Amino acid sequence: MSPRPGYVLEVDRTTPPVLFWNGEGYLLERLPPEQSRIVYPPDPLKPLEDPTEHIRNALSHPIGDSQPLKSLLHPGMRLTIAFDDVSLPLPPMQQPDVRQLVIEEVLELAADAGIEDVALIAALSLHRRMTEQELRHALGDRIYDAFAPYGLLMQHDAEDPDGLVFLGTTDLGEEVEINKRAATSDLLVYVNINLVPMDGGHKSVATGLASYRSVRHHHNVETMLNSKSFMDMHHSELHSANWRMGRYIKEQGIKVFQIETTLNTNTFPPQFSFLQKREWEWGPKDRASFIASSKALSIMGDRARRALFHSIKAPLQLTSIQAGEVEAVHQVTIDNVLKQQLVNVDGQTDILTMGLPYISPYNVNSIMNPILVACLGLGYLFNMYIGKPLVREGGVVIMRHPTPLAFNTAHHPSYIDFFEEVLADTTNPAEISKYEESYATDPWYRELYRTGHAYHGVHPFYMWYWTAHALDHLSSVIVVGGNTKAVKRLGFRPASTLADALEMAEDSVGGSPTITHIRVPPLMMAEVS
Amino acid sequence: MKGLLFEHNIPRIAASRIISRLASTQRGVNVSPLRLLDIDRPALPGPQWQHIKPILAGICGSDISLLEGKSSRYYEQLVSFPFVPGHEIVGTISGSSDKQRVVIEPVLSCAARGIDPPCRYCAAGNTGQCINITSGHLHPGLMIGYCSDTGGGWSVSGLVAHDSQIHPIPSEMSDADAVMVEPTACAIHAALSLPLMPDSLVGVIGSGTLGLTVIAALRKYTEVGRIIASAKYPHQRDLALSLGADQAPGSDEISRAIRRSRHSTVAGMTVQDGADIVFDCVGSRRSIEQSLEMLRPGGHIVLVGMGYKTAIDLSPLWHRELSITGSYTYGMEKINGNTRRTFDMAIELAYEANLGRLVSAAYPLERYEEAIEHAATAGSRGAVKIVFDLERKAHRSFTATHTSRLEKHEYE
Repeated sequence: MSPRPGYVLEVDRTTPPVLFWNGEGYLLERLPPEQSRIVYPPDPLKPLEDPTEHIRNALSHPIGDSQPLKSLLHPGMRLTIAFDDVSLPLPPMQQPDVRQLVIEEVLELAADAGIEDVALIAALSLHRRMTEQELRHALGDRIYDAFAPYGLLMQHDAEDPDGLVFLGTTDLGEEVEINKRAATSDLLVYVNINLVPMDGGHKSVATGLASYRSVRHHHNVETMLNSKSFMDMHHSELHSANWRMGRYIKEQGIKVFQIETTLNTNTFPPQFSFLQKREWEWGPKDRASFIASSKALSIMGDRARRALFHSIKAPLQLTSIQAGEVEAVHQVTIDNVLKQQLVNVDGQTDILTMGLPYISPYNVNSIMNPILVACLGLGYLFNMYIGKPLVREGGVVIMRHPTPLAFNTAHHPSYIDFFEEVLADTTNPAEISKYEESYATDPWYRELYRTGHAYHGVHPFYMWYWTAHALDHLSSVIVVGGNTKAVKRLGFRPASTLADALEMAEDSVGGSPTITHIRVPPLMMAEVS
Repeated sequence: MKGLLFEHNIPRIAASRIISRLASTQRGVNVSPLRLLDIDRPALPGPQWQHIKPILAGICGSDISLLEGKSSRYYEQLVSFPFVPGHEIVGTISGSSDKQRVVIEPVLSCAARGIDPPCRYCAAGNTGQCINITSGHLHPGLMIGYCSDTGGGWSVSGLVAHDSQIHPIPSEMSDADAVMVEPTACAIHAALSLPLMPDSLVGVIGSGTLGLTVIAALRKYTEVGRIIASAKYPHQRDLALSLGADQAPGSDEISRAIRRSRHSTVAGMTVQDGADIVFDCVGSRRSIEQSLEMLRPGGHIVLVGMGYKTAIDLSPLWHRELSITGSYTYGMEKINGNTRRTFDMAIELAYEANLGRLVSAAYPLERYEEAIEHAATAGSRGAVKIVFDLERKAHRSFTATHTSRLEKHEYE
């Protein structure tokens, strides 16, 4: 029996309260009947039964204009294997991570071919460096111990003048500068996890292994305002720019063998399985789990609660793997992502509500600071659509999240200054760019990015650019239960309760508005008719 | 006529210290040795002295420290009891036919004390450094407001001032601007205490009266480059920016703002290449530590806020060759090759910068407990400077404007 597709529930008086994530916690909220609907993601797809066999098959039966991996490998060649970093998947998956499974197979083939010059690179782009524990989790101890001691497990450094190579510019003048080891290899194998449609394709190399000089050409406010949405590659300037760069990289003779994987949405382990069930299907055990966990969370301190949630390892499972030529591979990947995540929704809504969870791509094992709250809600979840946004132009987004006025000083140092300096001046994504270069070239941020575990100095700007389309589209953003100072600094309106927020939203959208709640995670993409 | 008298009563001083800390300044004042009494105006100490009838008299941070029992015992020998507090004064010369308004330069230096020849510091015009503040024909006292012979501004009956202390003000200057002259003079003296280059990066800790007037003074009388001032409250931020600060981050944010400005690295808590000068207008242990953390090597702290006994790790002072210098009152300033009296400059600045806008509320003397409480909690209540309105008439015109503007900021 195939898994159930996504579902849109019209709320009436008999509808049970719906679960809202609230950062490191969750709660049940009642939505106004006869005017509200809840969009549920599809059930997790059935996983591939023998992942290793499927991986081997994909490597030996590539898609598009590509030979099998084995025939691309020969003694004396220089092989580089790049892989997605700690921002994927979410939450981190239970071991073995799919990157480990894939890379082990690639390394087996490389060993069989007698290749000695092999290196691994975490494709960080401008993200923070991974810790040893995170690398071990993604790659497994065997790979880590075989490569790391010899300096052959590297993390891409977008600020290393000796580790980058400038390839030239695209027809539109976009500078292409990528990792030198990758660019000077006889073959670059890229191992991806495609959690959302924005990931993968040419973006893997053109962004993941690029420098700030290169990334800035598409990570900017103009690109975001012309990407509707950036999750829909056919209407995304972000993708267009990456595709131009990716094709340019190929034209320079850099050979990329792309391996892309998709996972199902089996997001939470058994003790939290109620979090991905539809509320009216909760049994006594689910209700008891909800009550007990809610009670326990309410008496825990912030640190303990954060540690608990970030210890969750998702039982995500492989649903597809395809390898070969980048564009051909990615087309199949996107089809498989949408097979898992797509939900058909009839028409737009006046008010879109969402409960934001504890994690986003940029706060794995870290704090979801106010800027990341904005990015998760308005950058990621708002943009999870094809066609048109779930909420109409001039509508309102209501997000629930505590939005603590807290930052991880090791991971997000420039975010603190961005919050204190830039957002104090303006929250307009088009205006903040005047500060960008100063942050991007700040030697202290550069130092922390290169030697510590800090995101690049420019990264908070990207998070804010990510919100540009939503801010341009919406009339108002309301945060329920957030730290008032933080919410106001973001330029949003704070509300104490959902009822208050709905009443406030009516100022913008009028009386008796339609309300749509997206019940995420697990992730979904809405195709809005 | 009514006046507030502060007596030497150690048990009451101790009680006010405890109660201020545990309850509120107002309750501390209740038990302090400050009493509202009928007070006669003081006798003229000599022929060159005048009776002054105050119009407005400000409440200074040093007054609050005194009333909360927090002042250092260092000052015990430098004052004489009982005294009428109040050293920020605009008033008129009693008996003068033209009702000329004057501001008082309260320091009781050699001239006021009848010491001739004056000490070498007074001779050079640096009256704030006078070494004779316990000598001469007056009882000890740093200044009017701390001397048993002179009276002070917190008295309807008035005070006495030596001719050398009396400064006429222009007729177009408001009373509110005028009552700001004395703190402004302190700020100018601090701002000019060290040379500042056009590209200097300056930090100002605190955006209360002293911090805001230091910003105004830096902009008016120096070529300082960038000024970053910490502001705890929104109204302080707005005022700091309007008076010339380039940036006004929160009080916990200033170190990072200084670092950002210089693109410096950080070691531990210390910005490696930070501000050239930090004006500490708070004077607390934390503010001094914060200052030490945000200076460049060889940088300077100017302690503008009144210091007190505290323990501070001086390792960065030694290792990074920092210096700390106090800044007390005023005298003569060297500026652009000329020498000017600080008070003349303060009159000029207070008028030009409309510093009377910092006066947030005026109280009649009878409501002194509320007034002092308001002054002690000024920042959190959207206020800056609280004054006594000794004539009970002048306050309405300006307080209506200023308090409504400040309160508006508080609730934004």
